[in-house]
Amino acid sequence: MSDDAHAVASTEADSRGEAPPGPVIQVVPVKGLPIVAAIVVLLIVAIAENWQWALDWYHVAGGGLWTGIDLFVGLVLGPILARLSIPARAEFSARFLPKMVLIMPTVVVMTLAAGFQLAVNLGNLQPSNPNHTWLVASFAVVGVMSVIALGVLEPANIAVLFEMRKPRPDGEVIAKLMKRFIYSAGILGLMQVATLAIMTRVATQ
Amino acid sequence: MTAQAHTPATGALARQLPPITQLQVGALALVIIGGVNMASYFPRRPPLGLPIALLAGSAAIFAIAAVMLARVRNFAWETFFRVVRWALLAYLIQASMIEYVFVHNHASGAPLVVVTLMLVMFAITIPSVIAFTVARYQVVARSGSHT
Repeated sequence: MSDDAHAVASTEADSRGEAPPGPVIQVVPVKGLPIVAAIVVLLIVAIAENWQWALDWYHVAGGGLWTGIDLFVGLVLGPILARLSIPARAEFSARFLPKMVLIMPTVVVMTLAAGFQLAVNLGNLQPSNPNHTWLVASFAVVGVMSVIALGVLEPANIAVLFEMRKPRPDGEVIAKLMKRFIYSAGILGLMQVATLAIMTRVATQ
Repeated sequence: MTAQAHTPATGALARQLPPITQLQVGALALVIIGGVNMASYFPRRPPLGLPIALLAGSAAIFAIAAVMLARVRNFAWETFFRVVRWALLAYLIQASMIEYVFVHNHASGAPLVVVTLMLVMFAITIPSVIAFTVARYQVVARSGSHT
C-alpha cells in the first residue's frame, strides 16, 4: 500500500469503527515522577549502605507488586479487555496505560536491583550455595520476561497512547496493539507463576 | 485518491516495512542472554567468549536494523526522535542502576567493560523499539518515493 493511501485511509473513520477522539492523554503522568525519583534514590542508598531491612522491603514489595500486577493484568484484566468494544478498550486504556508506564519500570528496578544485592549479601550467588541453580533459573525466566515486556508489551502500550492522542484515533491500530498488549501480558502472567515457584523455593531452602 | 480505491480496513496497518522490530527485539534478546550469562557467574570472573560474541551479534543486528530504518521513506522521524529522547533518558537511568549494583559489588576490569557495553546496548535498543513502534503508525505527508 502506498503512503498516500496510508495517510488517507487512516482518516476514514465511520466505515471502520474508529475509536472516538478521547480526552487529552498524558503518556507519562508527570505527577508520579517525584514518587519514582524518591523510590529510586532510596533504593540507591539502601544498596550503598547494605540496609538489610530496606533491601528486603524493596525486593519483597517490588516483586510482590510486579508478580501480582502481571498476573492480574494478564489473566484477569486481559481477557476482560479482549471482550470489550474498541471504544470501551480505548477509554479504559487511556486511563490505565499511562499509570503502567510509570509503575512497571519502577517495580522492576526495585525488585531486580534489591534482589541482586540481597543475593550477593546472603551468598546465594556462590556456586556452592544450594540456591545458586534456582537463582540462575530465575535470571533466565526474568530474561525471557524482559524481552517480552520491553520488546513487545511496552512499545505496544506507548504506541496505543500515541494513537489515542490523535484527533481521530484509528480503531484498527488500537485493536491490533491492544491484542499484542493482552497476549504478551497473559504470557508474562503465566511466567510469573514460574517466578513464584522459584522464589518460594529459594526462601525455604 | 480515496481510501475506497484500496482494500478497505487498511489504514496504517497495511504499510509494508522491513522487519525492523524483529531485528531490534532480536538484538535486545541477545544482549539480555549475555547479561544473564554474566550474572550467573557473579561474583566470580566469568568466561568472556560467549558474552562478547552475544554482544557483537546484538550490535550487528541492531546496526542492520538502523540501516533499514534509515532507508525508510515517509517515516515520522519527528515522532521517532521525540520518543527516543525520553525513552533513552528512562532506560539510561535503569541501565545506570544495574551498572551501579555491579560496581558496588566490586565488578572490575574486562567483565565490567563487557557488562557496561551490554547495558549501553540495552539502553539504546529498547528506546528504538518503542520509538519505531510508535512512529510507524503516525501519518506523514507523502514525499514521492516510499519503502
